[in-house]
Amino acid sequence: MILQAADASGVHPLVGSVAELIWLVPLLPLLGFIINGLFALLPAYYAGPADPSHDPEAGHVHAGDAAFEHGPPSDRWKRLTTIVGPLVLALSFLLAAIIFGATLAPGVLERPFIQTYGEWMPTGDLSIDWAFQLDQLSMLMTLIITGIGFLIHVFSVGYMRADAGYSRYFAYLNLFVFFMLVLVLGSSYPVIFVGWEGVGLCSYLLISFWFDEKVNADAGKKAFIVNRIGDFGFLVAMFLLAANFGALDFAGVEAALAGVDPGSSAVITTICLFLFLGCAGKSAQMPLYVWLPDAMAGPTPVSALIHAATMVTAGVYLVVRSGLLFALSPTASFVVMIVGAFTALFAATIGLKQWDIKKVLAYSTVSQLGYMFVAVGIGAHTAGVFHLTTHAFFKALLFLGAGSVIHAMHHAHHAAHVHGEDAQDMRNMGGLGAGMPWTRAMMWLATLAIAGVPFFSGFFSKDEILTSVFMRSREGLIAQNSFLGIPGSAWLLGVYGAGLVTALITAVYMTRMMRYTFHGPSRLPAAAREHVHEAPWVMTGPLVVLGVLSVVGGVLNIPHVFHIEPSLLLEHWLDPVVGAATLVMAGGAVTPLAATTEYALVSGAVAASAIGIVLAFVLLKTGELVTKRESPAERGMQGVLANKYYVDEVIDRALVGPLVSFSRRLLWRGVDLGVIDGLLVNGTAYVARSMGWAGSRMQSGNVGSYAWILVIGVLVLLAAIIF
Amino acid sequence: MIAEALFFSAILFTIGVVGVLTRRNALMIFMSVELMLNAVNLSFVALSRLHGGAEGQVFVIFVMTVAAAEAAVGLAIVISVFRHFKTVDLANVNLLKG
Repeated sequence: MILQAADASGVHPLVGSVAELIWLVPLLPLLGFIINGLFALLPAYYAGPADPSHDPEAGHVHAGDAAFEHGPPSDRWKRLTTIVGPLVLALSFLLAAIIFGATLAPGVLERPFIQTYGEWMPTGDLSIDWAFQLDQLSMLMTLIITGIGFLIHVFSVGYMRADAGYSRYFAYLNLFVFFMLVLVLGSSYPVIFVGWEGVGLCSYLLISFWFDEKVNADAGKKAFIVNRIGDFGFLVAMFLLAANFGALDFAGVEAALAGVDPGSSAVITTICLFLFLGCAGKSAQMPLYVWLPDAMAGPTPVSALIHAATMVTAGVYLVVRSGLLFALSPTASFVVMIVGAFTALFAATIGLKQWDIKKVLAYSTVSQLGYMFVAVGIGAHTAGVFHLTTHAFFKALLFLGAGSVIHAMHHAHHAAHVHGEDAQDMRNMGGLGAGMPWTRAMMWLATLAIAGVPFFSGFFSKDEILTSVFMRSREGLIAQNSFLGIPGSAWLLGVYGAGLVTALITAVYMTRMMRYTFHGPSRLPAAAREHVHEAPWVMTGPLVVLGVLSVVGGVLNIPHVFHIEPSLLLEHWLDPVVGAATLVMAGGAVTPLAATTEYALVSGAVAASAIGIVLAFVLLKTGELVTKRESPAERGMQGVLANKYYVDEVIDRALVGPLVSFSRRLLWRGVDLGVIDGLLVNGTAYVARSMGWAGSRMQSGNVGSYAWILVIGVLVLLAAIIF
Repeated sequence: MIAEALFFSAILFTIGVVGVLTRRNALMIFMSVELMLNAVNLSFVALSRLHGGAEGQVFVIFVMTVAAAEAAVGLAIVISVFRHFKTVDLANVNLLKG
């Protein structure tokens, strides 16, 4: 007892252990960024000005992924990049794994292990340090980021090897991992914000990686601008936190929150809502989700890493990090839950009618992120993080698989000298499975996982979210309060229903995507069919690893009801971080559901996914599909879904259009051209010129007129003196 | 007595000014300037007498000296202008026009 007390106030048990090297985990990718950045710049330095005869279109069949038309890499810089890029990630992951091993010893991480590297903003009462915080949550995120990041780096070696910007690509990717690690390891909101902005920058750079096509550059800008709206919320939340609690580090904020009753503070609700605005921007929730589908303009491994597995989960991470804050505001928690549920359902329905293979996955990501927000909104933090983890496995796999498919499509088109066909449109695919059995098998595993087929990873995580929602409808903060005149428990049951429907729709659109892509008759041009081949091992290897993870990822948190040991690993692991907040949200104590109820809930979820898969097999006729060129425009509800509910168009008309026209007419033509250019700049010049003109007119050379002016002047002066 | 002298001086000065402004012949302008100078001289002596001092009368001597020098220089200029332009009409002498 005495020893424990001394321990609690004294030296952290991890001091002196390998965990002190945590700074090296983000530093390695930063080093990779510097080296690869040099590799990207040096050839240009040695080669001199760019070759004007190079046609940027030559490397691109059309918009989208098209890095495959040049020959193999020939220069040494590329070979060095191939070594450095993935190597720093591998080292980073190894180090993270070793540190993870050190933290597994019992009792060492009862308190977060905070390492301070220097003062950043020592301002009066508020002092912000450059500090990393190692706890169970940041450890898990670090492992996910470096682990999946490494696999995606390896995949990229194959996918990007023919691209002219190979070194630049890896430099950006390394930089992204650095910032993402700063984001999850930061011990205070401002440090998180550094990582938050950094990943936003890398996301922008990588979305518009092929910037010589305007559509890609536009997509990057859109992502950047939409995220600015969210970042505004994050900033305001930080200002409010500093003003009201005098602290911005997590420990300080939690200390300031001690003793506050849930729902008693309007300030906390405001802070949480602004914070959630930031999360909605980064994690693509309503109404700020619009950038994510467009972000598919980037290279496909980027979509896998940034826009599926890691960066877009930063919002979920932030809500979990601020769990106690959200737990003290039932209103904010309710908003998080409702927005998540609505986004999940809304995006899933759009996914039903998308033809671009990456767009299906993009809307699926938005939808699954909605699931995670439902979980963290109701205070089921473990369920949210669990789904975040399994989603990182199977969605990274799906995107990499899609990359493999696009890669094969490009090669087939190229080999058959077919030009102008969309290599990402599923209507142009069909029957690809015969040529690429590994990709098909691995993607089916991921599809079964995301659809929630029993004992795949997604089944456990999705089931835990749905069960938690049902549980919270009986007791807990949200159930006790009423919102908009409707009791919270009714809302929660509604969210549960939306979750079930979303699960069903998810199963439908994923099965649809798999069938249209890999099965049925081939819709490729006849000459291209025989050229569909599996990608090299550097690309299929990561697929297999992720495939295994997608299948077995569920062991992280098996519920008690299945009587499989070890159960609830993740929940026990995360308990020191999220336990307190979860308990507040649960209303003080968690009453476990009866086993029969839980079996019923599981059966419901399984039934939803089974119905979805069967529906997709029964309703969709792969044989009747025609290529993109021959397809008629979609009509009615199908057209509405294919056009994503016209959200982009509405935003264009209602917001962008008026803003552009206001800026052009008033700010540009009126203020800039009229007032600043016209009145101030040209006006000054005009006044000087007119005075010069008048002065020169007076100098006539006629002495008589000078005399007249002289006399008149004297008379005026005289008059002034006398009167 | 002083009022009449100053009044006469003012009329003389005004005639001189109007002459300078309206005449175009250089000689006439020259004479008008002399008229103005003498109008000033008149008020100098009148005021000198009024105050009982000698400074005004000394000034008049100065002015007459300067006017004599001016007349010499001015007439020389008029002669050279006439030699160059074949006229003393100042409206035609405007080579320095800006």
